[in-house]
Amino acid sequence: MSSRLRVFFIDNAVAILILLLIAFAIPVAKLPASFLAQEILMRLGRDTFLVLALLLPIMAGMGLNFGMVLGAMAGQLGLIFISDWGIVGIPGLLLAMIISLPISVCLGWVCGSIMNRAKGREMVTGFILAFFMNGIYMMIVLYAMGSIIPIFNPELLLSRGYGIRNVVGLDGVRQSFDNLIPLHVAGLKIPVFSYLLIAAGAGLLIWFRRTKLGQDMRAVGQDRAVSGAAGIPVERTRILAIMISTVLAGIGQVIFLQNLGTINTTSSHEQIGMFSIAALLIGGASVTKASIPNVIVGVILFHLLFLVSPMAGKNLIGSGMLGEYFRQFVSYGVIALALVLYEWKRVTRENDARATLRAGGAA
Amino acid sequence: MEAVKRFTADFGLPRLLITVFLLLLFSAAPMVGVNLPSSLSDVLIRVGMNGIMVLAMVPMIQSGCGLNFGLSLGVLAGLLGATISIESGRVGLAGFLIAIVVGQVFGALFGFGYGKLLNRVKGGEMMIATYVGFSSVMAMCIAWVVLPFKSPTMIWGYGGSGLRTTISVEGFWRHILDDFLAFHLGENFKFPTGAVLVFLLVAVLVWVFFHLKLGTAVTAVGLNATYAKASGISINRMRIISVMMSTMLGALGIVVFQQSFGFIQLYDGPLYMAFPAVAAILIGGATVNKATLANVFIGTLLYQGILTMTPEVFNAVLKIDMSDVIRVIVSNGMILYALTRTMKVAK
Repeated sequence: MSSRLRVFFIDNAVAILILLLIAFAIPVAKLPASFLAQEILMRLGRDTFLVLALLLPIMAGMGLNFGMVLGAMAGQLGLIFISDWGIVGIPGLLLAMIISLPISVCLGWVCGSIMNRAKGREMVTGFILAFFMNGIYMMIVLYAMGSIIPIFNPELLLSRGYGIRNVVGLDGVRQSFDNLIPLHVAGLKIPVFSYLLIAAGAGLLIWFRRTKLGQDMRAVGQDRAVSGAAGIPVERTRILAIMISTVLAGIGQVIFLQNLGTINTTSSHEQIGMFSIAALLIGGASVTKASIPNVIVGVILFHLLFLVSPMAGKNLIGSGMLGEYFRQFVSYGVIALALVLYEWKRVTRENDARATLRAGGAA
Repeated sequence: MEAVKRFTADFGLPRLLITVFLLLLFSAAPMVGVNLPSSLSDVLIRVGMNGIMVLAMVPMIQSGCGLNFGLSLGVLAGLLGATISIESGRVGLAGFLIAIVVGQVFGALFGFGYGKLLNRVKGGEMMIATYVGFSSVMAMCIAWVVLPFKSPTMIWGYGGSGLRTTISVEGFWRHILDDFLAFHLGENFKFPTGAVLVFLLVAVLVWVFFHLKLGTAVTAVGLNATYAKASGISINRMRIISVMMSTMLGALGIVVFQQSFGFIQLYDGPLYMAFPAVAAILIGGATVNKATLANVFIGTLLYQGILTMTPEVFNAVLKIDMSDVIRVIVSNGMILYALTRTMKVAK
């Protein structure tokens, strides 16, 4: 019993730690419960879809997809185009998603192919690839748009005549999804349609896991060599996992930004990977195992921490910045901790296997 | 033709492209009205500024720990050294030496802990190093606010608490190395003798270390851990030594950087400091598991050359500043190339 308890604590170390932190910080922050509830409801609608995008690569044994930022860039490009063309409301958002699709597919293919050349270090490769693609994205958005790629609305352009402004307002599509089905419960606004989109995404993932391709992905995640021998096209399956993840991230970014209502042209996508990954890990996922409940719990806990840390810091030590630093420390630290736990387990397992082998050889 | 092919293969295509690009920039520079002597001087100053941090990559690559994306730990140690030195109020060489010595002490401490951690996660060092670096930078953000520093040059004037985001080292040890024995050729060319000499000196020390018995053992662990173990070398100990060395070089590197730059950058300043150093050594031709001093020199020169020359030439020709985008694409492209090129060495 006690050993099972220990395993439970080690497996869920990250989630338990965060839960304790939040339990301590909420009373200190003294934020009204209705405010917290409203914010969490909104943020659940905003972020969950993005976090869902991380699930398939984990299943395919490729770890946390730091390359999901590529999808976010695609989604953002879609939104820039529809704001330029002045297409508003639901049609605008749907069109943005449709524009993001081919871009996401291409980027996903590139990302998957590169990761296939760096097996065993997919995560750091995806992480650097996100930086690299960010350079290309900047080149397109800041230099090609308005000069090579036609932009019709001069208000989107920088005063120098080309390049997109730092901030693009999404007035035409702001919260169109969130407000499509208006529902208020006990004074709290609930973004029903965004939830429906998330449910659809989650449903799709659950269905996908049961398909042949989904089973293949799981098999590849378990053991590449065995799957290859069993006739599963390993490299292709891995590319597909990343492609689907990138496409979902593109759609997720559109949902994310319609809720915020503005795009920070050069930075909205940058932190998406880190935030989503931290949220997923806080929800109890690991590098090799993640589920839909992990996603939902993670988004709630991550945002609770996000909301209460600055206030808790202010009330406790008199500096809001301290709380903010602390929150960032936790976000980065959670990823570090989860990675350490994963690699540590792997190394221990390998050493055990080697020891068993040696003992077997001696006998 | 064969010879050309072999040369390209030996030299590496990306490195060749970058060299050609840099040469093009240099030859275009006088034609578009860029002041070449002053640009060359800038390149040399930047090489002196950044060289030791690039050098810091060598030990961990050699011991098989991969690229040290956690260099920010060393940077943090150096920042502690610099702030404590300014707090002490000593100026000139005394202050500079205090910054270095204190930085080395913290560097050794941080490096030891960091090495212990990396020993438990063999094979997954790079990603963990990145996030250990990130989270340590954030933890130190809290420390910069809370630590009881008193020096008026460093703390916020009124209403605020903690240290400033940037602290000037003017009047303490600004340009102490850059100006040491510096000489001018013509109007715009200044040779930062002291900084270049210190860089070379440290490089020689690193070279000597890797030719001593201990250094050879570190390299052996990186080349073939099983063989090293069979020869009675403690793998974990050698790895810790390499991590400590890397972190301490990082601490020294940032202090040298600050004396030239003129400012100490605290808070999230060190967050991405590892990446230019990683990119530079890879541009110099290092791989994820092998690096030489030649890689350090060539890489620093090429990388800093591109960093200095692109904005100047591009601004002059196209009237647009694309240097930032080019820097991002070149440096990360180089890291990507290195990550995909060398297949993992069999365990």
